[in-house]
Amino acid sequence: MKDITNTQTYPDVLIYLLAFTSGFSIMGIELLGGRILAPFFGSSVHIWGSIIAVFMLSLSLGYLLGGKLSTRSPSLTIYGLIFLFAAITLLPIILFSQSIMEAVFINIEDSRYGSLVASMVLFFIPTVILGMLSPYSVRLLVKNSNESGQVAGKLYFVSTLGSALGTIMTSFYFILWFEINPIIYNYIGVLACLGLLAIFIDKTQKTDKAELSHV
Amino acid sequence: MFKLLWVLWVLCLLLNMSFAHAKVIHKERSLYHNILVTDDGDLRCLKFNVKSAHTQQSCFLKSQPNKLVFNYTKLLMSGLLLNPEPKRILIIGLGGGTMSNTLMQLYPQSHIDNVEIDQAVIKVARDYFGFVENNQIKTYQQDGRIFIKRALLKKQSYDWIILDAFNGDYIPEHLMTQEFLQEAKALLSEKGILSSNTFSLSKLYAYESATYKAVFGNFFQVSSIANSNRIIMVSKNGFTHHNFDSINLNALNNKLAPYDVDIKLLHRRMINTKNKQSWSEHTRLLTDQYSPANLLNAN
Repeated sequence: MKDITNTQTYPDVLIYLLAFTSGFSIMGIELLGGRILAPFFGSSVHIWGSIIAVFMLSLSLGYLLGGKLSTRSPSLTIYGLIFLFAAITLLPIILFSQSIMEAVFINIEDSRYGSLVASMVLFFIPTVILGMLSPYSVRLLVKNSNESGQVAGKLYFVSTLGSALGTIMTSFYFILWFEINPIIYNYIGVLACLGLLAIFIDKTQKTDKAELSHV
Repeated sequence: MFKLLWVLWVLCLLLNMSFAHAKVIHKERSLYHNILVTDDGDLRCLKFNVKSAHTQQSCFLKSQPNKLVFNYTKLLMSGLLLNPEPKRILIIGLGGGTMSNTLMQLYPQSHIDNVEIDQAVIKVARDYFGFVENNQIKTYQQDGRIFIKRALLKKQSYDWIILDAFNGDYIPEHLMTQEFLQEAKALLSEKGILSSNTFSLSKLYAYESATYKAVFGNFFQVSSIANSNRIIMVSKNGFTHHNFDSINLNALNNKLAPYDVDIKLLHRRMINTKNKQSWSEHTRLLTDQYSPANLLNAN
């Protein structure tokens, strides 16, 4: 049994918390996607076809990219950076969605393809990045190959549970209490803060270690 | 024992009544509805759900197809008090096509566009409700909001927009927001009005009223006593006192009598929100950002 070199000093629970949050926000944003598109493309079933297809496609690519990225000197800092990037790429949904959807609406008559293109433009990039987090989390958590399956299982349990909760909370309560943009701003804020937290923890522990080796 | 038998007998009777009364002649599950067409003697109805309380969407008497059976279709005619000669009419939400057919007879010169999201409803209207289409009467299978946005791009306008897309079970939330109403307002001609067949119960009442007022100013509404329908009537340029004066009530009454519409009664029942506002001034507006209409309606 070969040990995977993993000189981690951060608690596993941090990774699980971050994975939970990314699962929560992915589904929360997916659900709001329907409401964002409705004024231009209606609220029919093809809207959901477009949104779900785009989210599945981007997640699948995200998994692939995240797995690839995790092979090159994985670190908590890179993990945190992915969160930050995800947060930044979610901003256009708030800032430019109206003009983007208007342009698509004017250029594409068929609301099926219109909604597909619009959700591609709005949600593809942030969802790819959020999807990268799952395999990357596994890499950070696995200490030896024997437990890799169990760790992956536990991680998917936590992040999918987050998704379930994100769906329910958003559709039952958030949309009743808040407007769409403030909800998305909150997702962005939480993702960015957690990303910074991960980077911060990594930095402090590296300096700790450096100081230890100096003694 | 005797008592139990008696109860069973009554139960059977009740069950029989509910089944035997209306014969289902067409049943179809579409993308949006459970469509039922029923015959009950002379009365043919289109229903969208069996169990719901607001089941009947559109009805007519086969022997007197002109007569408007439904309270709310009669209520909708009150729009004619505010704009008695609509040349271009847009109906969102087809149902059995009753409104379109009636308006076609009343205004044979007028142009009517019907917008219905459900292809199955359009087919049922054609096959079972004698829905008439011709050069002046067109049907578009489309979402109402998308139709209005496209019509604006084409610089079209309408004298009367009839919004009849809320069947009680599920509300298309993007058809209740401030932004939608602004788009609809932009599509009205100078003297144009919009009538909306909507709710008078539930929490949604206040939210919806506040939103209409924010976009159009004070409006007229007329509600039925029996059920929970209310019709909101708004105009592009607000209402002045002259709106009613120019109308020959007797002539309109004679015109509508064959359809079983008592326009004088509707005239008396119309309320201007300028005189009587039945919701709080601080009610939140429904917008594209905030439109939990279905959640509000359920509460």
